[in-house]
Amino acid sequence: MSSIGGRVAAVAVAVVVVAALIGFYVANLTSSPPTVSAQSTTGNTVELTLKTEAAVGPQGGNPPWVSYLVKDDQGDWVHSTNFKVPAHSLVHVTVYQFDGESGLRNPFLSQVQGTVGDTMTVDGKLMGSIPPDEASHTFAVPQLNLIVPLPGVHEDAENQCEDGPCDLSQAHRTITFTIRTGEPGRYRWQCFVPCAAGFLAGFGGPMQTIGYMDGFLEVA
Amino acid sequence: MRRIAIAWFVLSAILTPIVVAVIAPTLPPGNATEASSNQVFDDTVLLGIVTPIAVALGVYFAYTLIVFRRRDADPAEEGVATRDNPSIHLPWLVGTIVIVLFLAIFGTVELTDAGAGGGQGPSPAFKLSGNDVMPVQVIAQQWEFTYRYPTYGGVETAHLELPVGRKVELHVTSLDVIHSFWAPKLGVKADANPGVDNVAYVEPEEELSFEIHCSELCGLWHGYMFDTGQVVSGEAFAEWISEQQQVFAPATKVLPKYSTQYFPEPERRGG
Amino acid sequence: MSSEALARPLWRRLIGFNLLGGIVLGVAGFYFGWWLGHQIHAESLDFFGDTNQNDVALMLGYVFSVVGFLIGLGFARYPLARMLGKERTHTENEHGGSGRYFGLCTDHKVVGVQYLCGIGLFFFIGGLNAMLIRAELLQPSPQIFGAGNYLTLVGLHGTMMMGIMTSGVLGPFANYFVPLMIGARRMAFPRVEAITFWLLMAAGAILMTTLFFGGFPTGWTGYAPLNDQANFGFDSYIFFFALVGLSMMLLGLNMIATIITMRAPGLTWSRLPIFCWGAISTSILMVLAAPVLIAALLMVGFDRAVQTSFFLSSAGGSPYLFQNLFWFFGHPEVYVLALPGFGIILEILPVFARKPLWGYRIAVAGILGVALLSFFVWQHHLFVSGLNSSLRPFYMFSTEAISVPTGLVFLAGMATLWRAKIRYTVPMLFCLAWFFNFFIGGASGVFLSDVPSDVATHGSFFVMAHFHYTIMGGLIFAFFAAIYYWVPKMFGVMLSERLGKIHFWAMFIAFNSTFAPLFALGLMGQPRRVVTYPSHLEPLNIWVSVSAFVLGASMLVFLANVVYSLVFVRKPAPDNPWDSRSLEWQTPTPVPIENFERRPIIDTDPYDYGVPPVPLVPPGPAEAPAPG
Repeated sequence: MSSIGGRVAAVAVAVVVVAALIGFYVANLTSSPPTVSAQSTTGNTVELTLKTEAAVGPQGGNPPWVSYLVKDDQGDWVHSTNFKVPAHSLVHVTVYQFDGESGLRNPFLSQVQGTVGDTMTVDGKLMGSIPPDEASHTFAVPQLNLIVPLPGVHEDAENQCEDGPCDLSQAHRTITFTIRTGEPGRYRWQCFVPCAAGFLAGFGGPMQTIGYMDGFLEVA
Repeated sequence: MRRIAIAWFVLSAILTPIVVAVIAPTLPPGNATEASSNQVFDDTVLLGIVTPIAVALGVYFAYTLIVFRRRDADPAEEGVATRDNPSIHLPWLVGTIVIVLFLAIFGTVELTDAGAGGGQGPSPAFKLSGNDVMPVQVIAQQWEFTYRYPTYGGVETAHLELPVGRKVELHVTSLDVIHSFWAPKLGVKADANPGVDNVAYVEPEEELSFEIHCSELCGLWHGYMFDTGQVVSGEAFAEWISEQQQVFAPATKVLPKYSTQYFPEPERRGG
Repeated sequence: MSSEALARPLWRRLIGFNLLGGIVLGVAGFYFGWWLGHQIHAESLDFFGDTNQNDVALMLGYVFSVVGFLIGLGFARYPLARMLGKERTHTENEHGGSGRYFGLCTDHKVVGVQYLCGIGLFFFIGGLNAMLIRAELLQPSPQIFGAGNYLTLVGLHGTMMMGIMTSGVLGPFANYFVPLMIGARRMAFPRVEAITFWLLMAAGAILMTTLFFGGFPTGWTGYAPLNDQANFGFDSYIFFFALVGLSMMLLGLNMIATIITMRAPGLTWSRLPIFCWGAISTSILMVLAAPVLIAALLMVGFDRAVQTSFFLSSAGGSPYLFQNLFWFFGHPEVYVLALPGFGIILEILPVFARKPLWGYRIAVAGILGVALLSFFVWQHHLFVSGLNSSLRPFYMFSTEAISVPTGLVFLAGMATLWRAKIRYTVPMLFCLAWFFNFFIGGASGVFLSDVPSDVATHGSFFVMAHFHYTIMGGLIFAFFAAIYYWVPKMFGVMLSERLGKIHFWAMFIAFNSTFAPLFALGLMGQPRRVVTYPSHLEPLNIWVSVSAFVLGASMLVFLANVVYSLVFVRKPAPDNPWDSRSLEWQTPTPVPIENFERRPIIDTDPYDYGVPPVPLVPPGPAEAPAPG
């Protein structure tokens, strides 16, 4: 250590180690779920297919957490909540809803807002609002004034999906709606139903983690 | 010492009016409401007091740091060993106490004007005079503000609109964690506490659109909990609110009865 | 360590009661507690990827981890030896060569150096987080870390700085220099002194583990009920702050006992160096405020782990309770950060002004006055919360009243410069910058204390600018002044003046360029802790971020100075390079283990500089103000 060469080497090693640690730290903090594009169909219309599962299972890092999944252009379900849709176009959204009923804390959000016609279809039936107690999740983008309450699977339904991955042969509700996108931007979306079991006010854990019940809608 | 005093006097005489008359009136939040113009007035007075003090310190330090530096050719290594002087520290003490007393009294007088736009809790100490006060409820939840108008059938809306020239009593409450309703241009800020009715008064004096932010950390989307509200004419407001009543009729039917606070089922953490 | 022990191979010397043993037992203790918690509270036992959010397991893990860490360091040896009837001296590891820096050592000088390095480490981690925060705010919509990790970064930065840096001055400098300044051989409770340091290191490590458990979204204030809702990463916040509180409390008690009982003959209260006054008033605040924090955190822990409802309004509790308890601790806490700065500034100023400290007694009165008043102002943090609206005039007055004692400190410092012979050394530059920064911090505090003005600025970037001016501009500038001033005594090596001046000017300019625009951003409507902001605020935010990066680079200049001076140049420091009259500089460098050959006898205060204008009459002890 007393020679100059030894000291230079020691300092250099220390610098490399610290830089590596910082790199590792930053890399860990920058990881985020992948962005999945909606599939284009005809003209300026795209399809976005989602599903919600009460417990995401081995597909996610936190198996017991409730989560959204999205279908990519290969037709595979991807565990992500970052979606990309084109600007100034129509987006047909289909949600396969496998989770049960939790109920809304603020019943105001049980009314559909911001979709084309301010309506949605539930299992093929046109609806403008649902009973607040039947809500399982909402798909909401407050900056676009979009709120779509998603009714849950009834408690007495047969063949319920407890853990993901859930299959369309199991009990689910199918919700479809259409939104018209405007200017490009990156909008956050979230769920307003206190659906994170085990957390105060049902709003911890998956409700505050991007990739589960929160994400970004990238309009580009 | 006299040179410092003269420099201070000249500089303050120039700078203070500039700060008070030119800079202060441009300060946010502007003059859209009684509360916000009070805030600007407070800032103006405080700046008027701070400016001469800042000038005094600046002049004193500039003088001492230059004049009393040690020069290389200086034979004397040491400064002059003065240790204390009551004829300096007593006036200093009296001066600061007088300024503090003035500030406290001035602030209190300003505060008594309807609480200066701050949230005052369920029983406000400083009420807005007059009977014709419109109550509007601000419901904070993770992560959106919604609004209820009890005098219009308890309709709930996704955005805030207020009629110009009308006294408004905002009842701020929360359904989950602590948020804070902040509309800078209205000069209003009130924390939204679960189970607490936090009252703040506002009287918009001009038509404008204003930003609303949550200013208390409330979780993941705290930074995204913003919205834009409007102050509109009385007629426009009447039209808007009746439209809201119509559009949100289905939701209004299922809302709980209007209350100053709500206690939704508190789910607890599991094992 | 005997020469026989030194002859052992390295691997053999690593085994024993030292840092390595502490880490091994700490990790083992964590898994034991984790296992125990799952036995108590849940059926599944999964060491990795546990998603049960089992707070009991995590909390027990932390408890046993700290216990194991302390046992591994050797803190159990002395009590056990005494229980078995063996006599032990208090000189544990004091003669052990460089190895004593990596374990339990009761020499206050070793603890001081340990503190400086340990706190420095966490200070730089906290600073790195600040850089990452500013990187995210380069653009109005989050692109780098996303909303969740951003909040964790904000929480880590705030908690690290407000927690670890509470001991930023008292830990390294008061532990090292208070015994030297008062002519003592050691601190009153050397083993307590050692444990405060290791508790702080355990706390810092525990806080970093939050990253494995999902982080926490609450910022450093950790308000209920958001803290109840948070991921179980929040448990590391609880344990971090509780351990910091414990460490603060013990450090404060030790410091008070030392200064009261161990002063050398003749060192009356009116001859006590002003830095010791800063240390003792800070200690009083620590001892009185920290228990309130620990109690509040215990309640939060119960709320989370066993579902009590102290802070849940829907179940009969009150979120206001947490805010009250937190700020009853929190406001004295910010003076815990500021007061040591007062002490350092007034201690260093006379040395480089070559003048006695002007108005010693009003300066002491100012420091004690700030300490006393700091317990009566906490509800100014709740001015818009809806609590006690009729009490607002009182809290407005008490908050503004703090400017009176602070003004006395300013007067003492400013008058010390009058007819001085100022030497512009690096420590002196940092001291002078302190006046500039702290004045801006204090003046903006007047705006925040005025309720109508506060309504416009509460919870905005204005507040953030204000407390960075007082804490970073106050404490951190004083901290660096102390480093440049005292490192020659602590390490026996001079730091480079040239690099020091580059560091100073870069830091001073970048600091102001970073935080002054935040006042404007706050007034223009940017709330604190937001990850996104309106696009019209983007230019100013970019300016702030770039300035912040320069500020960060100035810290690298400091690190370069440390490496350059301590590793490469190694210019030996003379015993008294600054020509100071203070007692700590009259010892040889390096300071011998016993500090002084004979107990010094004090017949004057340490500010005996200057050409007397009239024959000097030393102040008598009868005139001294009462302590505390």
